Amino acid sequence: MAATPLLSLEQVTLRFGGVTAIHAVGFDVHPGEVLSIIGPNGAGKSSLLNVVSGVYRPQQGTLRFDGTPLRAGGPGRIARLGVARTFQNLALFKGMPVLDNVIAGVRRGPTAARRSQAEALLEFLQLQRWRTQPVGVLPYGLQKRVELARALAAQPRLLLLDEPMAGMNTDDKHTMARVIVEVNRQLATTVVLIEHDMGVVMDISDRLVVLDHGRKIADGRPAAVRGDPGVIAAYLGQARHDQAGSMGGRDSVGAASAAIGSWRAT
Amino acid sequence: MDFFFEVLVGGLLAGVMYSMVAIGFVLVHKASGVFNFAQGAMVLFAALTFVSLVERGWPFAAALLATLVAMVGVAVAVGRGVLRPLAARPPIVLFMATLGLSFVLEGLAQWLWGAQVHALDLGIEDTPLDMGGLLVSRFDLVAAGVAAALVAVLSWGFHRTRAGLALRAVADDPLAALAVGIDLERVGRWVWSAAGAVALVAGLLWGARTGVQFSLSLIVLKALPVLIIGGFSSVAGALAGGLLVGASEKLAEVYAGPLLGGGIENWFPYVLALLCLCWRPQGLFGEPRVQRI
Repeated sequence: MAATPLLSLEQVTLRFGGVTAIHAVGFDVHPGEVLSIIGPNGAGKSSLLNVVSGVYRPQQGTLRFDGTPLRAGGPGRIARLGVARTFQNLALFKGMPVLDNVIAGVRRGPTAARRSQAEALLEFLQLQRWRTQPVGVLPYGLQKRVELARALAAQPRLLLLDEPMAGMNTDDKHTMARVIVEVNRQLATTVVLIEHDMGVVMDISDRLVVLDHGRKIADGRPAAVRGDPGVIAAYLGQARHDQAGSMGGRDSVGAASAAIGSWRAT
Repeated sequence: MDFFFEVLVGGLLAGVMYSMVAIGFVLVHKASGVFNFAQGAMVLFAALTFVSLVERGWPFAAALLATLVAMVGVAVAVGRGVLRPLAARPPIVLFMATLGLSFVLEGLAQWLWGAQVHALDLGIEDTPLDMGGLLVSRFDLVAAGVAAALVAVLSWGFHRTRAGLALRAVADDPLAALAVGIDLERVGRWVWSAAGAVALVAGLLWGARTGVQFSLSLIVLKALPVLIIGGFSSVAGALAGGLLVGASEKLAEVYAGPLLGGGIENWFPYVLALLCLCWRPQGLFGEPRVQRI
């Protein structure tokens, strides 16, 4: 882990007009690790991922990919450097068949090799059965898997996953978690993901970065972050707010233990 | 009855000529959502360049190749000078830009090659051919064959090549295409080059018909009803729309023309297009626009 970080962020600040979405956030992503970005809604997680993949340009701060600074270049250039991603709300070619979606993600090789690589990925993610169907007609969980296959087709060095398990049932979540771990181990792909399911996050992550209101409030191994008072407080605030809204108010200690309990339940 | 079929076949074959102009529009619209008003000017530019080279003693193949290179040059210049500075602007801005581009291309073509009318002889005899009792124009048959080959090549390109895949991806979702690292500018150059090649083919056939002259750029107006009927983003639709327009306008001219004082084939396609807009606004082959809110 002493080697150059694959991705490093320094003092990254992103503003939308007067709103500061990300406030001087910095952390490193080391080669081969699974890093999860967690935090309450509106903490700036997706914005941060969009900064890394080049969708947003931060007003301040530096990003380095494998030691070289990422300047303006937009998502196309960053994708060509070896960063692939999935989106919270999916960005697939809905009118195109599953296979073509995945082939579109392949970045290198002659046409026939691209096709066979895509076929291999469909097999890896157990999608062969739907290979000729237009993506738009598939159920949501499968679409998520197709998007992952397309991202993997680029043979990325860094894979960014924005809520890969959102809206999935327990079985699908387990499959997805297993796939992410396999990708990380077998293909040696570094993974940065955003996820709300704390059980999964605690299970598969090597490290966590916790954001709250655009600031980094914790960074470390899952076990350390779990006991961090600042993190508990952030989730406590969130929990108190949620509970007050839905249950007409409970004492804050009970709400906090409910929030943390959901981490420990799995 | 023979007469009816003769008119019908003649109309269908004339329709193929409209389709070939319309296909150029479809290519650009499919990839970028822009109605390229300059397509007509590209037809004029291509035909005028070709015919001028031939008149200067170039052999057919060399002139064809040189014109093709010129059209690719136009595509690259459009990408640099128009599409890049206006990237991510609304389609209406790009439409206005293509309006300006059409003037630039028309001016450039005539500045380079002069404004006089040129006759273009492709070596195809325009004599009627007797096919089982029906008289069919030999030239029209050749045109139909060329159009069929063009559609086959384009369809192969769309579905079997890497550039075609990138193009379909961009047409489907430009942001997703960007996210997987597809170079939008390169796809733009490809599409405009293909539209230029189609303009060349259309320019040669139309030029051989009507002579190569300024009014060639006005065939945009013939393509518009074809596009409205066939849908703006379907090559098959452009073909079907052209056939429908060609056949119906000729039949209307022959059978309803005398009742209305004749000359109705000029406005009849627009009436057809109007009806189509009322009944199926996205065109026969177009996909309905779904707005998610």
